[in-house]
Amino acid sequence: MKLVERIRQGDTRAVARLITMVENDFQQAQPVLKELHQHCGHAIVVGITGPPGSGKSTITDKLTKHLRKMNKKVGIIAIDPSSPFSGGAILGDRIRMQDLTTDKDVFIRSVGARGHLGGLSRSTQAVVKIMDAMGKDFIFIETVGVGQSEIDVIKVSDVVILIVMPGMGDDIQVIKAGIMEIGDIFVVNKSDRDGSDKLIAEIEMMLHLIEDKNNEKWAPPIIKTVGTENIGIDALWAEVDKFIKYLKKSSQLLKRRRNRTRKEIFDLFQESWREMFFEYIGEDKIENEVSRVLQQNDNPYNAVKNLSTVFKEKLFKEDS
Amino acid sequence: MKKSRIRVLVAKPGLDGHDRGAKVIARALRDAGMEVIYTGLRQTPEQIIETAVQEDVDVIGLSILSGAHMYIFPKIIQMLEEKDMSDILVIAGGIIPNEDIEELKKIGIREIFTPGTDTKKIVEFIKSHVAVA
Amino acid sequence: MDYKQIKEAKKQWSDNTLKKILDRFPERKDKFVTGSNKEVKGLYDPLDLENINYLEDIGYPGDYPYTRGVQPTMYRGRLWTMRQYAGFGDAEESNRRYKYLLKNGQTGLSIAFDLPTQIGYDSDHSMSHGEVGKVGVAIDSLKDMEILFEGIPLEKVSTSMTINAPAAVLLAMYIAVAEKQGVSADKLNGTIQNDILKEYIARGTYIFPPLPSMRLITDIFDYCSKNLPKWNTISISGYHIREAGSTAIQEIAFTLANGIAYVDAAVKKGLDVDKFAPRLSFFFNAHNDLFEEVAKFRAARKLWAKIMKERFGAKNPKSLMLRFHTQTAGCTLTAQQPDNNIIRVTLQALAAVLGGTQSLHTNSRDEALSLPSQKSVRIALRTQQVIAHESGVTETVDPLAGSFYIEKTTREIEDAVMDYINQIDKLGGAPKAIEKGFIQKEIQNSAYDYQKDVEDKKRVVVGVNQFQSEEETMKDLLKVNPKIEKQQIKKLEEVKISRKENEVKEKLNDLKEAANSDKNVMPFILECVKSYATLGEVCDQLRDIFGEYKDSIKI
Repeated sequence: MKLVERIRQGDTRAVARLITMVENDFQQAQPVLKELHQHCGHAIVVGITGPPGSGKSTITDKLTKHLRKMNKKVGIIAIDPSSPFSGGAILGDRIRMQDLTTDKDVFIRSVGARGHLGGLSRSTQAVVKIMDAMGKDFIFIETVGVGQSEIDVIKVSDVVILIVMPGMGDDIQVIKAGIMEIGDIFVVNKSDRDGSDKLIAEIEMMLHLIEDKNNEKWAPPIIKTVGTENIGIDALWAEVDKFIKYLKKSSQLLKRRRNRTRKEIFDLFQESWREMFFEYIGEDKIENEVSRVLQQNDNPYNAVKNLSTVFKEKLFKEDS
Repeated sequence: MKKSRIRVLVAKPGLDGHDRGAKVIARALRDAGMEVIYTGLRQTPEQIIETAVQEDVDVIGLSILSGAHMYIFPKIIQMLEEKDMSDILVIAGGIIPNEDIEELKKIGIREIFTPGTDTKKIVEFIKSHVAVA
Repeated sequence: MDYKQIKEAKKQWSDNTLKKILDRFPERKDKFVTGSNKEVKGLYDPLDLENINYLEDIGYPGDYPYTRGVQPTMYRGRLWTMRQYAGFGDAEESNRRYKYLLKNGQTGLSIAFDLPTQIGYDSDHSMSHGEVGKVGVAIDSLKDMEILFEGIPLEKVSTSMTINAPAAVLLAMYIAVAEKQGVSADKLNGTIQNDILKEYIARGTYIFPPLPSMRLITDIFDYCSKNLPKWNTISISGYHIREAGSTAIQEIAFTLANGIAYVDAAVKKGLDVDKFAPRLSFFFNAHNDLFEEVAKFRAARKLWAKIMKERFGAKNPKSLMLRFHTQTAGCTLTAQQPDNNIIRVTLQALAAVLGGTQSLHTNSRDEALSLPSQKSVRIALRTQQVIAHESGVTETVDPLAGSFYIEKTTREIEDAVMDYINQIDKLGGAPKAIEKGFIQKEIQNSAYDYQKDVEDKKRVVVGVNQFQSEEETMKDLLKVNPKIEKQQIKKLEEVKISRKENEVKEKLNDLKEAANSDKNVMPFILECVKSYATLGEVCDQLRDIFGEYKDSIKI
């Protein structure tokens, strides 16, 4: 397939267009993704998450520059929240990564968290695949990580970096436990500000609690950085490097990739059946059933039973 | 392919630092359901084009109040042609005299929104020129 | 004053006279607001001044807290300086415009530089393409500066230069030009804008990051306090903050917060507040809502006096006086029916005068279309002259004082501004608040609210969302000569050929070393410009040491 060739050669236009297709018409993209899949597996996926303002984009920018010095190719997926009212979004992460725009070996794509027919997770997994096949050595997924879908996205990563900063007050409690548990490396950014050491102590305490539960052989390190001054970036990457080696040596990388694949299969399957639900049953029948439940004072469980019957009939008809 | 969301690049080319309009429009477009990529001040034509490619935008909105539009806009249009990206809708706003507007429309800026334009008008223009699901 | 009696009388009036009319003729709107969306009551009376004490809170002009003005006689003693911002194309063309304005009665010069100059790029830099001479005059070296002021006696004319990041360089050039005219630095009268904080907030012509920029600014304070005693070393600006969409209260709050940051930086550096504070000046916007604007100016004077006295312990009365230049609000002028803008500018200029400005620029009617044509700028100048000589408002000091509405609004603005300043203090001061994006976000929200109000027709803009009419395009708009860029580049080459290259290299190197040390960079910059080092070359030395600032606040 010509498109596949272009993507493997790093044609940014082809890559960008395929990503758009993934976001808008997954069915059309799927055959291409199928072909690309065999060329994947090389890229290491690094998830970068943390509360707004903690410096994720700045750190992503600096880590990318660090990697570029080593001639590594980088892809960045920058996820920003979408308006719950309009579905629109202002995608402004690129403003912190301006130098990278004209670097031929860096590809940055801004993504709104909503409006992914089929879920953010499925889209992101596909974009990771595309960037992998395109030849990227490292792919950063940058997201705020407060919504369930965004936490899902972080689980797609091989390495998860959690970035926090001093002066968040009680916000450290607000960081959902789910995120704390999946952080492999912790970063205290803007560490030149007051409260930096206190924050480190708090994180250490929380990690202690999690450690007891998990019994893992990797103790998440806490790195101090000042992203805007490029301080601590080398040390941070050294830890990422260490972690990747640890993943490879232990069975962890395989375990994570297995989880990732399982999740991908599940997401695709779930989405596939969700689409079928609407296609086979149809909007009219669904609306009618809803009305019936309300008018006859029936319950949703019966509604599911009724709709399932319709679905099965349609499904068997298709098969035969 | 039917798109579910229009993607717009709002760009400030050149040295002009007046971004009130660009920011207000970015918000208005977001409130109208679009995804807006805003990359800040002092964008070179190269940066604008490269961003448009990677983000696969449907629209490029150029905001300029410094009078440098007759140099910068043709450059951007030219680069879009070279990259075979002339299907992107290019619109502009800022301080652009009427006599320049005709000239710019001839080279490919589809519409120019001068001071006092209602943001609803811009939203409608984009929606009527970019197909959505 | 018997407030009890008045309260009773008011209740009577409200329950009878007012109610009778309201029942039959409801008011035009549910809510009446100022230009900044602050609620306005139907009526103000002595009750509104119950907590205001004339002597403590208002006082006499020329005395602390200067609410009524910084001089006791104000315009009875001397009218404000009529100072039209001007500049475009090359130095020759701008020189001609300055002579035209001076001939027509302008009393001070105000220099507009092009964007490459404001951002420290020479006309041949790649970022300068298409921008040379467009929004102001192109200055690449001392040679251009000499042409700019040819035939203009610098010991007689006061000059304001709207230059920020490279202010030190342009000031040095001005000093060098004066020297060639035989005028010593201590006779020079003028201002440099030199306000970098507002560049990060609202204007965008920054070069270096905040810390080194503050160093340059305090170097200038120090140098001028010793060598240019009549020179205003900074024009702490609210104009651009307002143009970016802020409210009147935000305009004053963020300007004074920036002012506090500058004084802080200078004091921390070891400068004596009473030595540099007298030469700090301010620059405000004159917007549409006449009374709110007048109250705003009065509130600003009072607050700054209090801040300088109580927060910084300044003793010299001159340190406490807020002197300001005003420009009428460009953002209110319309491209539709441009002649209406003459009327808007008149009202705005009136607000500035009633507010006690020291210096005033009135915009021209073609503001939303282009740089001012000669005819348009003359009308703008005449606007000031009519107000000064025919309107009668200059015959007495602070004529609106004592108005219940004005005094109450002045007080309300003071309180709201102090709220903001306290908030900014909690964030660590203006530079930190800017870093965190707090100030920018407030302004953006106000700008968006304003746009929504106009689009929903809650706010009328004559000719734009109401009272529209079929337009003829305005003729005779100013066009900047497109050949300027090529000509300027050629001139630049000639300067480089005819100067002593070794000397230039040496001076630039000396500057670099000084920038990398604790020394005051001004004398070194002066040496550089005298050797005809270009603006770009000087700024590049500083870029090497200080680095460059990158716009990074997400919207």
